[in-house]
Amino acid sequence: MEIIKIKKSDWAGGIDKSRKTYHLFGPVKHKNHHIFRQLENNIYPDMEYMSSVLSPKSVLFPQSQKILVTSADASGKACHIFTPPEQDHTPRAVIGIRPCDAKAVQLVKLNFDTKEYQDPYWCSAFEATTFVGLAVNTPSVLDFSTSAGSGPFAQEGLDVLLVDCKDHYLAKILSQKGKEFLNTAGFNEKEDPKAADQVIQQMKISAEKAICSVIQTQHLKKKTVLELYEAPFWEDIAFSCISCGTCAYVCPTCWCFDIQDETQGKTAVRFRNWDTCMPALFTRHSSGHNPRGEKIQRVRQRFMHKLKYFDDKYDQGIMCIGCGRCVEKCPVNIDIRDICNLMNAYKPEKESDAGEIKGEIK
Amino acid sequence: MKNPYTPYPVKIDEIDIATEDKSLKTFKFVFLNKADEDNFSYKAGQFAELSIPGVGEIPIGIASSPIEKGFVKFTVFKTGVVTSHLHKMKTGDVMGIRGPLGNGFPWDRLEGKNIVIIGGGFAFTTLRSSIVYMLDPANRNRFKNIDVVYGARSPGMLLYRDELFEWEKRDDIHMNITVDGTDDPDWKYNTGFVPAVVEAKIPEADADTFAIVCGPPIMIKFTQPALKSLGYQDSQIIMSLENRMKCGIGMCGRCNIGRELVCKDGPVFTLEELNLTPGEF
Repeated sequence: MEIIKIKKSDWAGGIDKSRKTYHLFGPVKHKNHHIFRQLENNIYPDMEYMSSVLSPKSVLFPQSQKILVTSADASGKACHIFTPPEQDHTPRAVIGIRPCDAKAVQLVKLNFDTKEYQDPYWCSAFEATTFVGLAVNTPSVLDFSTSAGSGPFAQEGLDVLLVDCKDHYLAKILSQKGKEFLNTAGFNEKEDPKAADQVIQQMKISAEKAICSVIQTQHLKKKTVLELYEAPFWEDIAFSCISCGTCAYVCPTCWCFDIQDETQGKTAVRFRNWDTCMPALFTRHSSGHNPRGEKIQRVRQRFMHKLKYFDDKYDQGIMCIGCGRCVEKCPVNIDIRDICNLMNAYKPEKESDAGEIKGEIK
Repeated sequence: MKNPYTPYPVKIDEIDIATEDKSLKTFKFVFLNKADEDNFSYKAGQFAELSIPGVGEIPIGIASSPIEKGFVKFTVFKTGVVTSHLHKMKTGDVMGIRGPLGNGFPWDRLEGKNIVIIGGGFAFTTLRSSIVYMLDPANRNRFKNIDVVYGARSPGMLLYRDELFEWEKRDDIHMNITVDGTDDPDWKYNTGFVPAVVEAKIPEADADTFAIVCGPPIMIKFTQPALKSLGYQDSQIIMSLENRMKCGIGMCGRCNIGRELVCKDGPVFTLEELNLTPGEF
């Protein structure tokens, strides 16, 4: 393991050096919040940011993306023969990604990079990307990452972990990609790895201690899908939902998309756009039949997918990394932490018990 | 990296009106590139995305059979934006096909077994593919008895009528064609709903029998008790499902039933498998 010291006075210069090789993405102040976006030459990542409204998932999975194009000109030979548009797969680096958001990329990878099919747009972007994470020294009150398979100093999915030590960063190199990025940026002041790692460990412990929000997941796995699906609490949970889909758009692990065609002049384009499982149209058949036509079915789908189906399918824990974005942004205060704890604690009444209870009420 | 979103370019070679009300047409496509035809190697029960640039894509079961070479066929009901557009297209038009997709029927497990095929309405396409496949001289002795129940509202709404009546004449397949009702005095086949015909005409289950059921939800619902009364276990009942789809490759997230993705893990499941899911189809 290698740990590099980066003086903050050298930071901007290194960022500029790295631009010659990498397209940089990072957190930038926008109105009263931060967004992740591509950084033009004179823009630097705001390393003081607390959180971004949207996660950096769009670096690999843009909100709207052309996937195929063709000529719609009937007089031409290649009319109506779709081909993928040119794509830029030169190296890119995401600077300042939070550790939990990097873990989210690993979860999304399970969907886009499978044994049978590889999504070429996502996978190529992933290959091209170096993730330079920034540890969270002061977690927000909504952060529950430590109980959701990640944490403020978690390393999974990162190539470099930067730790902010006031006048300098300690940069823990976690992969070859990370090493190359730091070399390119000219950051090469090696620290004694043992001593530096101790500093990081201390900071990690105090950051983790500061997290006061936790979810319980230990019983989810052994419950059956149907037990949880038929639990009585879904009606209450879904009651206030307005099907806006905000939870899905702000979620770093939500990957659902729609595919739509457009004809623009003599060019036909096929796009894919972020989608959400919250509106009824998402699953409506052309016949009008809808397997999730009711709001309660869709709300249940969202949480069952994240907290049960996903782990049943991939055996990689829950599909939530505890960033707290959906908790913060939900306009009607639906809170995944409460739902998770409710599911985890749920014990279906045995039929015989249910009968006894019924018998008592007269 | 192979791009699973890029369709193979095809040309519409033939269009047949499939039902008397003209709501279904059968499209025969030929591949523009021979290599694509070889790559589009499929099993009966799989589906493909028919892709019309500038309009969209639709997932449709493959109606031709793997033994039929040089083309692929799909029978399409006119219902939404893409199918309505397709119904207006002409022979010679170029479009795309993406696939084959999905698991198809479990032919390894079906080998050496009695096969009961139960279909209703428009959902006879992949069943037609399966029957043609099993009746091929190279394959027929790989299966024991083949019993078929196929029903439609009226004689004119039956798909693939010429083939159905040819199969009626054969002695290596037991056909039970039925219609809900008809005023045709010359109608010489069954009248009645599919579940009733199943109960009356289909042999009782033994360990070596599988039933494949495809049809509208109402038919599926009432066929299950009919099969149960004949002794069929849920593990012997095979169903092919439909859900709204976009990508067809398990990524876009809308066709799931619990953890199962209908497009990739399905569309074919046993009833036993479906009993473990929330049944959102």
